[in-house]
Amino acid sequence: MHFTINGQAYDADLDIRTSLLDLCREHLGLTGSKKGCDHGQCGACTMLVNGRRINSCLTLAVMHQDDEIVTIEGLGTPENLHPMQDAFVRHDGYQCGYCTPGQICSAVGMLDEVKKGWPSHVSGDLTSAALSDEEISERMSGNICRCSAYPNIVDAISEVAGLTPAEREVAGA
Amino acid sequence: MKTFTYTKAQSPEAAVAEAGEGVRFIAGGTNLLDLMKLQVMTPDKLVDISRLDLGRIEQREDGGLTIGALVPNSDLAADRRVIDGYPVLSRALLAGASGQLRNKASTGGNLLQRTRCYYFYDTATACNKREPGSGCAAIGGFNRIHAILGASDKCIATHPSDMAVAMRALDATVVTLKGDGDRRRISIHDFYRLPGDTPEIENVLEPGELITHVELPGPPQGEQLYRKVRDRASYAFALVSVAGVVKVEDGKIASAALAFGGLAHLPWRDFEMEAMLVGQAPSTALFEAAADKLLAGARGHGSNDFKIPLARRTLIACLRDLTGV
Ligand SMILES: Cc1cc2nc3c(=O)[nH]c(=O)nc-3n(C[C@H](O)[C@H](O)[C@H](O)COP(=O)(O)OP(=O)(O)OC[C@H]3O[C@@H](n4cnc5c(N)ncnc54)[C@H](O)[C@@H]3O)c2cc1C
Ligand code: SF4
Ligand code: FES
Ligand code: FES
Repeated sequence: MHFTINGQAYDADLDIRTSLLDLCREHLGLTGSKKGCDHGQCGACTMLVNGRRINSCLTLAVMHQDDEIVTIEGLGTPENLHPMQDAFVRHDGYQCGYCTPGQICSAVGMLDEVKKGWPSHVSGDLTSAALSDEEISERMSGNICRCSAYPNIVDAISEVAGLTPAEREVAGA
Repeated sequence: MKTFTYTKAQSPEAAVAEAGEGVRFIAGGTNLLDLMKLQVMTPDKLVDISRLDLGRIEQREDGGLTIGALVPNSDLAADRRVIDGYPVLSRALLAGASGQLRNKASTGGNLLQRTRCYYFYDTATACNKREPGSGCAAIGGFNRIHAILGASDKCIATHPSDMAVAMRALDATVVTLKGDGDRRRISIHDFYRLPGDTPEIENVLEPGELITHVELPGPPQGEQLYRKVRDRASYAFALVSVAGVVKVEDGKIASAALAFGGLAHLPWRDFEMEAMLVGQAPSTALFEAAADKLLAGARGHGSNDFKIPLARRTLIACLRDLTGV
């Protein structure tokens, strides 16, 4: 099977049952994406597929041979961090760090959804997608953090989104 | 996971031609793979339908919408025509799962997702739905999330979908393609089955029948809302949910469509209760009478007894919001 991950071509000889997550972690040495639950319940495995965030544990690798896949390794490097990675570091958006790659990929995908105007469950007006702390929490609810670093995660994301303190406090935006 | 063979379908016709005994379609995979990992579902063959050209939402001349079976839940929720004409559907979708899951979950797969009954997921326990004739561990066991309406002594599971509840309130139609090339149009009201003696059969689809589209009639008049009551504020299945579309005219209820999640083996609707509301002036007394009607046959199984008063209060609160009482 052939894959394009972080702009690089890969070949792999896989058992048909292999998930996209296991392909990366077990076969390609891309261990940044984490396995928390393997059942879509935690978000630690979040990757960007054709720009959209998904849980890579609940999809088969074989179904993604024609897709552009981006993992945490493809977002930035230690020397050249993605702005979201940089913000997580500065705001201490983690403790153990296990959920962090998934949080960061998810946050990048989420900001893109906001740019497209997608509403959320807490949006008062479905036709506007204004961010706030409440909106960030709802939109990031698919990423669980056992260390409960949530306040700092929201700080990091709101900084990258360029929210003012007043914008952050809006409820039911 | 039990192994399987895999083919990628190039057309709906090719997909149904591949189908048969032991074969499953895979769309988003978010429910099927979850259950395959636990060997609750063990297909011999997967037919990948995820790249079929069924991913569009189209406006029909009669004013309704035709939604391709592969439209992801997130795209459907954010579609401007859905937001404007069917906000109850957007709200129901946005109340379900997570951003990542909604990006993968398809319209067809969402309708067909299976129950979240703990025993259905646990192959070490008895479950008539998973293994017909083995018994039901939920009856007399933990059944906090289980049904209070329409259950049987074989199965008390609930249907977990939020989207399907809105689809039921909106009188949707499921359009299918069968192996012999026939197309069917099935009203959502006839689509799902009560558990009865065969809880393993959840809907009227024949083996190998492909959902190609879901049709909505033109946007209904009146107020719309979706309210979901759950154990945490996000990323949790409904204990009770209500999809409501109610129109008030000249101080009287002119029409009412109310569908319920979390209460039964299927998204529940009680047309007799709706008829009680129509033509009446909205009032708390009327709403209480409607709740009495809805729940007249309700039965708790121990840990889910709380759902009866919860459903009652949720319905009354929704009717107040929908009518401004
Ligand atoms: C952690 C978690 C939380 C969730 N929370 C919620 C929630 O709060 N509310 C909610 O509503 N849902 C929730 N879901 C469920 C989610 O919405 C479903 O998993 C999803 O909608 C299924 O769609 P899919 O395309 O991934 O289906 P798949 O997994 O691909 O398929 C599901 C079933 O449908 C069949 N199928 C799929 N498409 C077709 C078709 N076109 N024709 C015929 N058969 C077909 C498949 O063979 C399979 O049997 C949650 C899921 C998870 C994992
Ligand atoms: S309620 Fe239904 S799904 Fe749950 S154990 Fe009983 S038979 Fe199985
Ligand atoms: S590992 Fe994929 S969601 Fe938990
Ligand atoms: S930082 Fe430890 S789980 Fe999130």
